[in-house]
Amino acid sequence: MHRTAHLYAAIAAGGFRRYATYGTATAAGVFTNTVFGFIVAYTYIALWDQRPGLGGYDQAQALTFVWASQSLLAAGALIGGGFQEEMQERIRTGDIAVDLYRPADLQMWWLAADLGRAAFQLLGRGVVPLVAGALAFRLALPSAPGRWLLFLLSVLLGLVVSFALRFLLGLCAFWLLDGSGINMVATLVSILFSGMLLPLTVFPGGFGEVVRMLPWSAMLQVPLDVLMGKHAGAGGTARALAFQAGWAGVLLGVGRLLQSAATRRVVVQGG
Amino acid sequence: MWIRATMTYRTSFLISLFGNGAGSLLDFVAIYIMFRHVNVLGGFTLPEIALLYGSCSASLGLADLLLGNTDRIGVRIRDGSLDTMLVRPVPVLAQVAADRFALRRLGRVVQGLGVLVWAVSVLDVQWTVGRVLLMPVMVVAGAAIFGAVMVAGAAFQFVAGDAAEVQNSFTYGGNTMLQYPPTVFGKELLRGVTFVVPLAFVNWLPALHVLGRPDPLGLPGWLAYVSPLVAALVLVPASWAWRAGLRSYRSTGS
Repeated sequence: MHRTAHLYAAIAAGGFRRYATYGTATAAGVFTNTVFGFIVAYTYIALWDQRPGLGGYDQAQALTFVWASQSLLAAGALIGGGFQEEMQERIRTGDIAVDLYRPADLQMWWLAADLGRAAFQLLGRGVVPLVAGALAFRLALPSAPGRWLLFLLSVLLGLVVSFALRFLLGLCAFWLLDGSGINMVATLVSILFSGMLLPLTVFPGGFGEVVRMLPWSAMLQVPLDVLMGKHAGAGGTARALAFQAGWAGVLLGVGRLLQSAATRRVVVQGG
Repeated sequence: MWIRATMTYRTSFLISLFGNGAGSLLDFVAIYIMFRHVNVLGGFTLPEIALLYGSCSASLGLADLLLGNTDRIGVRIRDGSLDTMLVRPVPVLAQVAADRFALRRLGRVVQGLGVLVWAVSVLDVQWTVGRVLLMPVMVVAGAAIFGAVMVAGAAFQFVAGDAAEVQNSFTYGGNTMLQYPPTVFGKELLRGVTFVVPLAFVNWLPALHVLGRPDPLGLPGWLAYVSPLVAALVLVPASWAWRAGLRSYRSTGS
């Protein structure tokens, strides 16, 4: 048990270090997130000037939504990126056979590596845009440290949900071989349903209600609402975290079933 | 050749063509949802914003179709595959543009033009000869300005290494900004995209003239017609930067 924990910690550290190598790319990403933050912030100001309180947010909360979204975008791989392309490539080339012989579970291996990557992106690409936004606009960031801890816990759960979904995409390559089409569709769905496009509370009517119950909502909308304390009371926050944990459990479970079905299909061509 | 290669997998091509169009349409979905809650945004109606949205989408789409691959130059510098291009008797920029030429990017052009046609059909505009001619000029000159930004961004990658995202924040970020009326943004930002990186000439100034609206910076109306000139003016330093970048290139090979 202790050895296993040690192994996955090492994999996660490897994932962290791997992305830490790309200094220029990280700086370029921070620049991009900040530029987009400004552009979207101005459009939100125009919108909330017309409709104060839209979606249950005042203007400062709407702007907090913008800048915190930009900070979580890379970590949650919300507009693509992450590990699934690499996993699909390994399946296509047959390198996955090597992975299956490792003394680690396939799903846990990629989860550890992806959390390592996300931890780096959160520090490397997350902190600066949020600070830039807080300097340029009046944001509704909490002052209580407990609230920030709950936010980080919610972010972690969101990252696991994001991973679990992308692991399913990765596994699709066992059947489809080429994952580019399905990855493209998955990215569109993620942008639309995570809250990246607009807060999900702004989505109209029944459509909005359905969208808020889907797993993508656990990846961005829920962590941001936890940050701003939008869920009434301690019970509300607990329910929000349970919602995320529930989706994480379900999707990891489906991934596990699909993984065992997929690995039975693997035929190793020796030589 | 890349067109032929793509067409080998016709279904996959059609899916990616659709995906490319749908991906850029998402921005319009956001605007549409906003207009479920408001009647005007920054003083502009939905068809007016559709005119801005459609024209800059079509411009970016055209530039992306021709020069979108320039953001891969950082990868080529890193893995050394730029060297192969240097020894061929064809301009490097043409090779970079043609490499992995992605016809699926037509998706964005088609989608942008579609929204543009819808906007024109529902807008109540006093059409003069000048305004009618301005429409295609706006789209083509806008594409040339975006193209210049892409070439300059590629040149920047010779200095900065793998910094494709900086280029993207000017092209895709600029596109996102130009979809909204200039009245939404702060004056400093407007000055920046008018006088420093002249993205305002992609569609804001021509479209404001077509809509008969004043420029928030108080610029004279005839500037609506100078987009082609601005495009020519920015393409010159962009090509200089590209040549300077190429000259400074030191291969990673031995």
